[in-house]
Amino acid sequence: MPVKENAVLEMKNIHKSFPGVRALDGVDFSLCEGEIHALMGENGAGKSTLIKVLTGVYEKDEGDIFLKGHDKAVAIRSPQDAQNLGISTVYQEITLCPNLTVAENMYIGRGKSKLTKWRKMNADADRILENLGIPAKANQQLSDCSIAVQQMVAIARAVDMDCKVLILDEPTSSLDESEVEKLFGLMKDLRARGVGIIFVTHFLDQVYEVCDKITVLRDGRLVGEYVIEDLPRVKLVAKMLGKELDDMEEIKDENQMYKGPDERVIEVEGLQSDAGIKPFDFYIKKGEVNGFTGLLGSGRSECVRAIFAADKVVAGTVKKNGKAVKITKPLDAMKNGIAYLPEDRKRDGIVGDLSVRDNIILAAQVLRGFFRPFSKAEANKFADEYIKLLEIKTASADTPIKSLSGGNQQKVILARWLLTHPEYLILDEPTRGIDIGTKIEIQKLVLKLASEGMSVTFISSETDEMLRTCSRLVVMRDRKVVGELSKDELTQSKVMETIAGGGME
Amino acid sequence: MKVKNKQIFIPLAALLLLALFNLAMDPSFFKISLGNNSAGDPVLTGYLMTILDYGSEVAILAIGMTLVTAACGGQDISVGAAVAIAGSVILRVLVGQGGDGTLQAPIIVAFLIACVVAMLFGAFNGVLVAIFNIQPMVATLILYTAGRSIAAWINNNELPIVTDQTFTYFGGFIPGIPVPTPFFLAVVCVVLILLALKFTNLGLYTQAVGINASSSRLNGLNPTFIKWLSFVILGLCVAVVGLIKTSRLSTINYSVIAKDIEMDAILAVALGGNALSGGKFNIMASILGAYVIQFLTTTLYKFNVSSDALPAYKAVVVIILVVISAPAVKDKLAAYGKKWKKQKEVG
Repeated sequence: MPVKENAVLEMKNIHKSFPGVRALDGVDFSLCEGEIHALMGENGAGKSTLIKVLTGVYEKDEGDIFLKGHDKAVAIRSPQDAQNLGISTVYQEITLCPNLTVAENMYIGRGKSKLTKWRKMNADADRILENLGIPAKANQQLSDCSIAVQQMVAIARAVDMDCKVLILDEPTSSLDESEVEKLFGLMKDLRARGVGIIFVTHFLDQVYEVCDKITVLRDGRLVGEYVIEDLPRVKLVAKMLGKELDDMEEIKDENQMYKGPDERVIEVEGLQSDAGIKPFDFYIKKGEVNGFTGLLGSGRSECVRAIFAADKVVAGTVKKNGKAVKITKPLDAMKNGIAYLPEDRKRDGIVGDLSVRDNIILAAQVLRGFFRPFSKAEANKFADEYIKLLEIKTASADTPIKSLSGGNQQKVILARWLLTHPEYLILDEPTRGIDIGTKIEIQKLVLKLASEGMSVTFISSETDEMLRTCSRLVVMRDRKVVGELSKDELTQSKVMETIAGGGME
Repeated sequence: MKVKNKQIFIPLAALLLLALFNLAMDPSFFKISLGNNSAGDPVLTGYLMTILDYGSEVAILAIGMTLVTAACGGQDISVGAAVAIAGSVILRVLVGQGGDGTLQAPIIVAFLIACVVAMLFGAFNGVLVAIFNIQPMVATLILYTAGRSIAAWINNNELPIVTDQTFTYFGGFIPGIPVPTPFFLAVVCVVLILLALKFTNLGLYTQAVGINASSSRLNGLNPTFIKWLSFVILGLCVAVVGLIKTSRLSTINYSVIAKDIEMDAILAVALGGNALSGGKFNIMASILGAYVIQFLTTTLYKFNVSSDALPAYKAVVVIILVVISAPAVKDKLAAYGKKWKKQKEVG
């Protein structure tokens, strides 16, 4: 039985480790009846691990889970257990069957008696849908409904299964504004019925719109549980990033900046891609290091991807050294001296089975052309040169890149782009998931390259890393550029304030 | 690096195994004798010559099939049907409809037209796979089903016969040269592809796209085009085999010509140790694989296995191959190897 009054769920001292990582380190979490509770934290904070422990996807190493109505701690060993205990989850991606009807989706996997009496099933389903105000018909095929309605159907299924705890994991990522409104309406309705809702999202505005409480995790530890009124946005961002407001260290290195003519290498206007960012303007000067900052999902990667044409560009102009250029595919960008180190190293960066050497020469080789392959000697020379320059730890240039450590893989990708001698280098999360030593090496390298006249965009989830390297920061929130900071404004507190945008609009 | 770890090890070991088996059962398998063919020219005969002759067809197709497999992570099952189309086009151009069998056009012209047609059909498959993202086996199922009918339709379902003697050279022997011509054609194809791999980036691009298309795109490659190109190259290989096949008979049998040859070509790629899910490839291993398969087929024929039962025997080989090269088994074997080594050291 949960100790707290009104609580439907209490998780106590939850520990979970994966090889090499402590994902959850003594986390407590509690959820009351009729409350919408936001679970917040940056990437790797442990949100999804906590949810997976709660839903039986992972088994916890240590700790207890108490549910209302159960005297002892409950054991959740599979998603089926969780469901039987009244814990339901609705994920960002729909996990229903698109080719079945709405009603069939609501009753599948719950004994076949209902499914065979389809008349009764449809009537029941219609009653529930109407009751919850969901605009769908029981006999409609699920794939005919919008994503938002599909999500609501998933919620309806959960509610009908008598769920006490409803987990919504990033449910709004693929919804437009009016759909979000509808979903929120349903959530508030369920709250009024006494359901406890755990809401995971990256959108701050949404947290403040519907939630009652916030629990913040960071690096697998509990930062705290707060009532929404007590935690203004700026403070929330500070808690998530792990920086207190008065912790304003100024780490700026001005003595080795590039001293040259003040010209804009790349300038974009009204650029927009099909990845769902609002049109934005941007420029970068020769020898400048700038950054895009914002919380995860704020659209910072999408911006640089649009500049490199990694996503389909739908509007806007790009000028290089003052002249308009047409960039419709990555090769165009590369020909204009732009290089892009992608955020997702595994998916977009490395070519796993190829050797370190082939991975290093790939981009330069593509630029050189199909009919002009590098000779073996040239390829070896380039590979050896950059393995030495960046101190890449590999058995040999022939080793497949996938057998290298993350940091060394990242260095190989960096080498790949340096070999193309770009004028403008975009580094999207170059330091994610790599050890601290390599992180600093990469930061130093960025500053050195800039001092030699290269323009660099540096994106990182770690604000202090960006403050250390960037002389100008573009701040993003909810897929929009909301501000630009430079010089004196480059402080932790200012950055956080702008990210949070507390009541600025 | 040890030979054991190299890709070529599997086909080489299979070849050795087959050779040893034949040596033990009947050494006369390896006898090659010089005789005269029906035209009175000196030719080499023997089982090994048969392998060289028919294995070359599979070897030529294996070149294209390797590229398709590497780039698209799937296989083209329509090559047999496409060979029928290419062969039919050659005959149509050479003797036309209702002709008396004399040549109406130079053989080279007929062959070039067949090349164009086969590449067009390859391009069709390529569009389905590269642009519409259809699984290659499903996409090529269309041509697999329709191809032989199209081949028959090209010649109005007639069976044109070429009487000209020079046409028989391509699937038989060139007067004065005792080695079957298909082998030379295979050599030409292999040399061409090796030159292409050396002097262009075909190999690097194909592997990069096959391993990680998303990353390749961000490196300026066009994965769609590379995948499509692999099918067009396979089309070219198909045209060459079409020439050999029709030349052997001087005519065509639409339902039988090059039947099931796609399975041999795919098997050659697999036997060559290339991942059927795409990525890194080794053309020479595939080609060796092709001859090994013909070696197996010929061996089975020699031991009087009927052609109907042949696929069952091949199936056994495929099962063994697939199981050996499955990652799960590989890991297990490696683990056992380590254990065994340790024990030996301790003992």
